[in-house]
Amino acid sequence: MTSRAIALDVEQVAVRFGGLVALSDMNFTVGEGEIVSLIGPNGAGKTTAFNVMTGFLDPANGKVNYRGTTLNGLKPHQIADLGLIRTFQRTSVFPNDTVYDNLLIGLHRQGRVGLFEAILSLPRARASERRLRERAAELLERVGLARRAHDLAGSLSYGEQRLVGVALALAAEPSMLLLDEPVSGMNASETHAFVELIRNIRDRGVTILLVEHDMPMVMSVSDRIVVLNYGRIIAEGPPDVIRNNPDVIEAYLGQGATRA
Amino acid sequence: MKAGITILTVAAFASVPLWLRDPYLLNALITTGVFIIAAMSLNLLLGFTGQLSLGHIAFFGIGAYVSALTSLGFDIGFPGGFRLVHEPWPPIAGFVLAILIAGLCGYFVGLLSFRVRGAYFVIVTISFAEVVRLVALNWVELTQGPLALTNIPSIAIGLPGLGELTLRTKLQNYYLVLAVAFVAYLLIARLVHSHFGRAMRGLMENETLAVSVGIDVTRTLTLAAVISAAIAGAAGSLYAHYIRIIDPEVFAFINTVTMVIMVITGGKGSLAGPVVGGLIFGLLPVVLRPIMAPEAQWIAYGGVLIVILFVLPRGIVPSLAQRLAKRKREAATVAPVAFSERAKEPA
Repeated sequence: MTSRAIALDVEQVAVRFGGLVALSDMNFTVGEGEIVSLIGPNGAGKTTAFNVMTGFLDPANGKVNYRGTTLNGLKPHQIADLGLIRTFQRTSVFPNDTVYDNLLIGLHRQGRVGLFEAILSLPRARASERRLRERAAELLERVGLARRAHDLAGSLSYGEQRLVGVALALAAEPSMLLLDEPVSGMNASETHAFVELIRNIRDRGVTILLVEHDMPMVMSVSDRIVVLNYGRIIAEGPPDVIRNNPDVIEAYLGQGATRA
Repeated sequence: MKAGITILTVAAFASVPLWLRDPYLLNALITTGVFIIAAMSLNLLLGFTGQLSLGHIAFFGIGAYVSALTSLGFDIGFPGGFRLVHEPWPPIAGFVLAILIAGLCGYFVGLLSFRVRGAYFVIVTISFAEVVRLVALNWVELTQGPLALTNIPSIAIGLPGLGELTLRTKLQNYYLVLAVAFVAYLLIARLVHSHFGRAMRGLMENETLAVSVGIDVTRTLTLAAVISAAIAGAAGSLYAHYIRIIDPEVFAFINTVTMVIMVITGGKGSLAGPVVGGLIFGLLPVVLRPIMAPEAQWIAYGGVLIVILFVLPRGIVPSLAQRLAKRKREAATVAPVAFSERAKEPA
């Protein structure tokens, strides 16, 4: 981590919902090209942290920087334009469109042409459409959904919808990807394939921040792990260190487990 | 294949005056056509962005008034002795201005009202239409209020080498409305199949996800509102120059409801939906008039609406398309089985 340039920098972020402190004084960084996991028991504030980083929620305190730009006050679509793209825990697809059309919608950032060019179907607009279609097919191939291309996204299994969500995020050409519980609902072999996919995405230069409950998966894929509990960071480090950290074991298993 | 159906439909509509000579029916077709254009514009918002504008008639009425006033001229005073005098311009200029000003109103209404969604958006649009109606009713110096703007000139088109053609007859107006409807249809079709249309669909289906892949909500919805309002303004202008009299009743809520019914029965979110729904509810009065008292007709409209939505809940066009696709799929899956069974037999 020492030699990497910092991609995402979270500084003293705090979020309160009424009297509830969802996040307090959160500090951590993610280096370029790193795979970092954010873990913690349910309600620890992981998704809240994601919402702050992607502009869906304004923090009460602190700030988030991405590649030198302060994200506070930016709208989600503006943050997406910076290359910081997320997936969602639940709502990961456009359910009434085919998988293929989902990707065409996801390719929005690549397909911007003028209104009149689009309406008059000028050569530049048509060329852009052709490129988008090729790119959509390519992305489907990459996440392994090519044979589902013409099914409605809403009719897919939970695990497959997850993949569509990731493909949609990739369609937006991220430089950093925030994945919110991507393997929940996947079976062991799907999860295994997904880990390969994540590594593959990282090898193409995309930084990854992961929120996940599947511990074996987190341990095998992460370069570094940040552990949250009750809105604060209780540990941070490589998987081997985290695995043996008494605070982390206590947070997950309760106090008895540490003494045992 | 779709282009083929469109061309055939336009050709069929174009041939109507050749075999239909009855001026009453032709009149009904023209006003129906004007309302179909308005319904198509409403469908762009309701069917493709999911936003229900219950004040859509405002843009239609604004188009009608702008066009009428441009071609009639006006002379109004402002506090401080300042007077604004406008000499009559050709009606075609009114048509263009109607589109521009209705579009501009769509921009401001969109910018203000898309801060809220769902029921709140509906209420903002209703209020807008009501405010515009009150202005039309009470700014007597400009609009003549309830006395109506009368003697609105017919649209005239300059033809190169042939001089000017004033569209006075029903036949000429029929083709004018058909041409505008065709252009509006093409415009909407191109728009919704473009990258803008996909952004709209994305927002309608899953706004959070759409935003996260970089779709700008305000910009996309406002764009849809501008184009929708501009098309409604064009329809209003055609209406004003065809009927040749306009009063504030044009802003009546029932007119918006009629458009909504046309869109919902025909099928929102389908390009042909408003055309089919518009034809049904535009021509139903013609069919029912000889056999029913006016009061009974209103009940009959309600009955037809309920039956259509009961049998085809998603609207006529999408429901039929879905059934057709299902039948095709079944035919496609049954055939190979039959073939493989036959292949076994000789052995």
